[in-house]
Amino acid sequence: MELGPYILLASIEGAVMAAVLALTAVGLSLVFGVMRVVNIAHGEFFMLGAVIAWYVAQTVGGHPAIGFVAALVIAPLVVGAIAAAADMTILKRIAYDPERTIVATIGLLYIIQQLTLMTYGPDARPVEAPFNQRIALPWVEWGEDGLSFFHPWGLATTSYKLFVIVAAAVVLTGVRMMMTRTRIGLLMRATQADSDMALAFGIPVERVYAMVFGIGAGLAALAAVLIVPISQAHYLMGADPLLLSFIVVIIGGLGSLPGTVVAAVLIGLSDGIISVFFSPTLAKILATLLVGLVLVFRPQGLFGTRAP
Amino acid sequence: MNGWVRVLALHGGLLAVLFAAQFLLPAYHHGNLARIMVLASYAIGYNILFGYTGLLSLGHALFFAAGMYGMGLGVQHLGLTPAPALLAGIAAGAVVALALGLLALRTVGVAFMIVTLMFAQAGYFTILYFSEITRGDEGFVIAQAQRVLWGIDLSASANRYFAAWALFSACLLACLWLVRMPFGKTLVAIRENEERVRMLGYDTFAHKLGAMVISGAISAAAGASYGLLFGSAGASFAGVQYSILPLLWVLLGGAGTVLGPFVGTLFMFYLIDLSSGITTAYMLIAGVVLVVLTLFAPQGLMGELRRRFWRGLP
Repeated sequence: MELGPYILLASIEGAVMAAVLALTAVGLSLVFGVMRVVNIAHGEFFMLGAVIAWYVAQTVGGHPAIGFVAALVIAPLVVGAIAAAADMTILKRIAYDPERTIVATIGLLYIIQQLTLMTYGPDARPVEAPFNQRIALPWVEWGEDGLSFFHPWGLATTSYKLFVIVAAAVVLTGVRMMMTRTRIGLLMRATQADSDMALAFGIPVERVYAMVFGIGAGLAALAAVLIVPISQAHYLMGADPLLLSFIVVIIGGLGSLPGTVVAAVLIGLSDGIISVFFSPTLAKILATLLVGLVLVFRPQGLFGTRAP
Repeated sequence: MNGWVRVLALHGGLLAVLFAAQFLLPAYHHGNLARIMVLASYAIGYNILFGYTGLLSLGHALFFAAGMYGMGLGVQHLGLTPAPALLAGIAAGAVVALALGLLALRTVGVAFMIVTLMFAQAGYFTILYFSEITRGDEGFVIAQAQRVLWGIDLSASANRYFAAWALFSACLLACLWLVRMPFGKTLVAIRENEERVRMLGYDTFAHKLGAMVISGAISAAAGASYGLLFGSAGASFAGVQYSILPLLWVLLGGAGTVLGPFVGTLFMFYLIDLSSGITTAYMLIAGVVLVVLTLFAPQGLMGELRRRFWRGLP
């Protein structure tokens, strides 16, 4: 294959990754934005979403689409409920102290991960995609009789991958609508702006916190359900989404949702393209260094405008 | 001076008990205790930064691994003998800590935690990337012939125990000495109220940087000794888990106490040792302990002891 089609293929893979990453990172960003805490267990909520999707798909049976749709609904709800429960039993009791929250969510990370290992086991298991037609992509070439389309061998994607991109866009729009147009979004923004004042105006801040924590985790779980037909469900799969979400959230500006989405698309696309040319380990070294240096020298993020 | 005598009696007593234990313990626990003392030295290093200075690092595995690889690569590729290799390891840890400190100390709180975590991860991936030299995840074995320090074979269990005891004693006494010095007291003051300390005219950045370098050097000494005593170096010692473990040990034993790191390491080691007989998911215990500690006992075991019985416990 020539370079052109190769890059097109890499950008489609990158766009799928960017879509999933944007969902996961927006969950993390929402929690940080409203609650001012960093949730280290976010990657485990992602993993839990994938594992629950596998369980649901197994239980429902029948056509893969039925199991998948059921998983799409059940997994985020269950994970959100678990997260909200964790918020009310643990985070509320330590008064959302930023440093102690990190330690507690590290504990939560190990608890979720190891309980999954004990029940689900160490195997990676696939979930069947609801539909998976191969779509050959055309490419233009200047041939003998002028500009012509043709289908290079290997340049193809699947309908499911395109669905993931569209689904993520729909959900992200939904999150944006929720934050700007609905009453619960208003309560969240009020709590984000000044939680003491919100409380004084009778907003049930504790319930808002539990809900935000649940929605954040639910978004990660939703992203995992979308990706699990492409990759597989495994109890250690939470580490990479956590690292990447961190990178996205920090580069996009902590707590800024539009910045997070822009950064996710940028990182997802460039990761797809970079890892075609460089080793993934080198990409990870550069990415972690970048996050560290951005936090040191530009704590408001590369695109952030909020004062540090 | 009564307090000072009690302090010396307590810490000297522990070292004497640990010294005597090597003649009494059965082989299995003898080996365990040697390991615990080396890991407790690592925890002591961590405690200087976290417990006394109040800086929560999530990247100490970087220093532990710097010591381990500074020593290990020196032995493996440069043909160093153990003594200079050990020094090379400690120097590597101190230099890495200095560099990281210069960057990370520009941030505070949560940002500091994330920055240390990210740079430690970058270090971990770097070790994986240069796997031709470092042998990556599988690591490399340090042969028995390369582990003879001044004619003493460190792979023999009695010698190993004694070496671990010597390292632990040195770290414990250094920590005890440090926290009674004006420098150590300034660190505690920074932990309590950095603004006020700065207003009193202290250079808080220099103090924090000093704490970071000391902490990194002690962690590196533990890492280098671990490689030398147990004969291997591997990338897993640079992973996130080895940054979380010292935090766990220090929190459990009591942050900001001299004995806390040892107590925490001892408890946690045996807790994980016992549970790994029952399940492969032994890190579950670590998670539960972390959550329970944050919720109910942020002071840790020795911290509770200090709060209830002995206010002057260092």
